Amino acid sequence: MPDTLPANSVGVVVPQIAQFDTPLTLSCGQTLSSYQLVYETYGELNQQASNAILICHALSGDHHAAGYHTMSDKKPGWWDSAIGPGKAIDTNQFFVVSLNNLGGCCGSTGPTSINPETNQIWGAHFPIVTVEDWVESQARLADRLGIRTFAAIVGGSLGGMQVLEWSIRFPDRLKAAAIIASAPKLSTQNIAFNEVARQSIRRDPEFHDGNYLDQETVPTNGLGLARMLGHITYLSDDAMGAKFGRQMRHDAYQYNYGIEFEVESYLRYQGEAFTKRFDANTYMLMTKALDYFDPAAQANGDLAAVLSRAQCEFLLVSFTTDWRFAPERSEEIVNALVKAGKHVSYTKIEAAEGHDAFLFPIPRYMNALSSFLTRVAKRLTTEVK
Amino acid sequence: MRSDLEMIDEWIQPNTRVLDLGCGPGELLQHLIGNKQVHGYGLEIDPENLNICIEKGIPVLEQNIDEGLHNFEDQSFDLVVMTHALQQFRRPDLLLDEMLRIGKECIITFPNFGHWRNRIHLGLKGRMPVSDFLPYNWYDTPNIHFCTFHDFERLCLEKSIKILRWAAVDGQLKDHWWIRTMPNIFSETAVFHVSR
Repeated sequence: MPDTLPANSVGVVVPQIAQFDTPLTLSCGQTLSSYQLVYETYGELNQQASNAILICHALSGDHHAAGYHTMSDKKPGWWDSAIGPGKAIDTNQFFVVSLNNLGGCCGSTGPTSINPETNQIWGAHFPIVTVEDWVESQARLADRLGIRTFAAIVGGSLGGMQVLEWSIRFPDRLKAAAIIASAPKLSTQNIAFNEVARQSIRRDPEFHDGNYLDQETVPTNGLGLARMLGHITYLSDDAMGAKFGRQMRHDAYQYNYGIEFEVESYLRYQGEAFTKRFDANTYMLMTKALDYFDPAAQANGDLAAVLSRAQCEFLLVSFTTDWRFAPERSEEIVNALVKAGKHVSYTKIEAAEGHDAFLFPIPRYMNALSSFLTRVAKRLTTEVK
Repeated sequence: MRSDLEMIDEWIQPNTRVLDLGCGPGELLQHLIGNKQVHGYGLEIDPENLNICIEKGIPVLEQNIDEGLHNFEDQSFDLVVMTHALQQFRRPDLLLDEMLRIGKECIITFPNFGHWRNRIHLGLKGRMPVSDFLPYNWYDTPNIHFCTFHDFERLCLEKSIKILRWAAVDGQLKDHWWIRTMPNIFSETAVFHVSR
């Protein structure tokens, strides 16, 4: 809890809700007749509405990217290190919009919401949404906020996939795209990890085919296990080794299945903490969105052909020890953009933190993002003149 | 702009696709993009230079050239440029092949190790040359494959690489008749424009 807010914090923020009553037809064929999106904004939208930056969140992220909800919050938003006055995503220059995606569990319509047609909790009946659906709904939120064109759209991991989709689907609605620790599609290994995560949830006896809330229960064991697995893949071997090594709870082996190594305790804690803030159906749905994303499929796998539509300037960032979304995966996007003759810069950041590195304020990484957005801000001022 | 860059600028056609290997802070590309509508990318590994390029809006990719250029397709650039860097790579000969695979033409500049001052330094003092132009000691120099003007010509001949034009200039990047007559002795910087 901060006694006083840090000077470079966006301060106390209040989430807002946008209600949409125009039906949204999803990739799966189902239609949501109405839905709501919860979002936060930081900074001021200028008169031309040209200085907006959209933040796209990853698997377990939400709309609360920066600042505090109350002065008693233990932690600020999930990307507070990058968003704020004078930070890489500078709220003195930009109007930052961050939303919880459709299907989420933090205030936007999702599996924990009430289905207006049945007055029951959606649960397992909530349709599977895709990256394309998210981008479509984000564009509607932009319309609502009076933003025709974003100065930039920024996202890491699954968030980066949304940025990539924006550049293809709405090429004239963004000037710049920052795609961080992402990939043009999941690898087989990634899909495999996601399937293990889903199965661990589905096989929890408390899952009840996804309608656990009706039974007033939650598949905490399955969801916790899914998170433990995910967590291992977000860290590098080196980072885990440096943090825990073979540190033990006791002086000698206990020869039982209780917690002996500190890493076991850490993983159990991470798994359990996650079940208190996240919904199992949302987790499964987010992993499916990851699995399905493959924009090159519409051009027989030719990513460059698909990206030929893009008009924005791109920044791609990867991290050396990230093996979930390895640098080679970002480079697939870079190579396709070069082939398509697009304006792209790419930097591979030396970092020990694995995939999680995209959430850390690593100086080289923050400098690159800041340089990229400084250029975006400069172009805004020259265009006004 | 550095004067060797100014010289090769004259050789570069407008509206072409240019790849600059080891682009530094992007001086050449910035000039070409701004004045010749060139469509360019730079490769660089120095974080500071990368940031400078990103902030200037020059497309720059972090890529270690010693680890290969296989991500670039055959003949996908009109021109591949490498200024004052060839001597820093593990295998300049293989790199030259790669540059001519990716680009239809290449422009390469490098310090001529056959310059008379180097000869005197080595011949009379018996020590590796250190100068303002080449300020490193033998043990900390990034320049691991020095060559002379003639060495490079010879490599081109062996590889059947066409020399479209060349220039040989002094420290101030001026060309004089005596440099033109005996480039291997009098030029400090050699500039070659080559193709297959």
